[in-house]
Amino acid sequence: MSGNGASSSSLNMISGEDVVNNNLSALVVDDSPLLRLLHDIHLKKYGLKVQVAENGKVAVDLFHLGASFDLVLMDKEMPVMNGVEATKELRAMGVTSMIVGVTSKNGPGEQQAFMEAGLDYCFEKPLTPEIISFLLEELNKHNNKN
Amino acid sequence: MEVGQMQRRLVDYTKSLFMEGFLDAQFLQLQQLQDESNPDFVVEVVSLFFDDSEKLLNDLTMALDQPNVDFKKVDAHVHQLKGSSSSIGAQRVKNACIAFRSFCEEQNIDATLRCLQQVKQEYYLVKNKLETMLRLEQQIVAAGGSIPMIELGF
Repeated sequence: MSGNGASSSSLNMISGEDVVNNNLSALVVDDSPLLRLLHDIHLKKYGLKVQVAENGKVAVDLFHLGASFDLVLMDKEMPVMNGVEATKELRAMGVTSMIVGVTSKNGPGEQQAFMEAGLDYCFEKPLTPEIISFLLEELNKHNNKN
Repeated sequence: MEVGQMQRRLVDYTKSLFMEGFLDAQFLQLQQLQDESNPDFVVEVVSLFFDDSEKLLNDLTMALDQPNVDFKKVDAHVHQLKGSSSSIGAQRVKNACIAFRSFCEEQNIDATLRCLQQVKQEYYLVKNKLETMLRLEQQIVAAGGSIPMIELGF
């Protein structure tokens, strides 16, 4: 099962080469406070509203409580509930957010298992500005179609 | 020392950290994320790295001191340390972790103990360097100057 990207509409103000993503929201799911802070600030710099969760269960609970996010950055290795389990649960719940796996460099087999859980993309951590730009372009493209 | 001199000293010192492989381009990305809305971002991230690393190094020391070493546990700690060092651009620590992980896979106790020493050495070296760099930045700001941006083109 794979996700189809963002749900809610977004307002994009295009200024030169910059795309300001004022109405896009993101959830950063990572057990490392350092990575949570890094991705939090990085996404906020692009204008997204960001929340963080320290493991997959916290992320799933947020969705159960009715939260929704256009983008979920999902770490793979986490205590309590890892990224693979959390992604499977979110997709089983019908979540259509763009879910992007973020992993340390592992063998291709491990990334594949993570992708098969329902990711849209999987990248090595930390995400670079180029990758974040790419993801936001994909999100905006998807939103503009809806 | 006047501000211009301090700024030049900081630039030279920071460049040396890249030349000597202590830091890589990921650190520059951190600096670029710092702005007026997040003026202490680099200090916060570096502090988290120090806290994370010291806890992980303690955990690793204990894990490798067991009569029956759980290499899966050891590998998990090294994996985390590799992740955080890579995230702040602490290149030599990251590389030491990569070597460490390969010996965890082999379950080679002697080699992993040597790797632990190597990782500790690299960590304390980069910690010292980063603390010096941040102190230089604080001195510049205290003197009313701004932190010069380093560009990778040297």
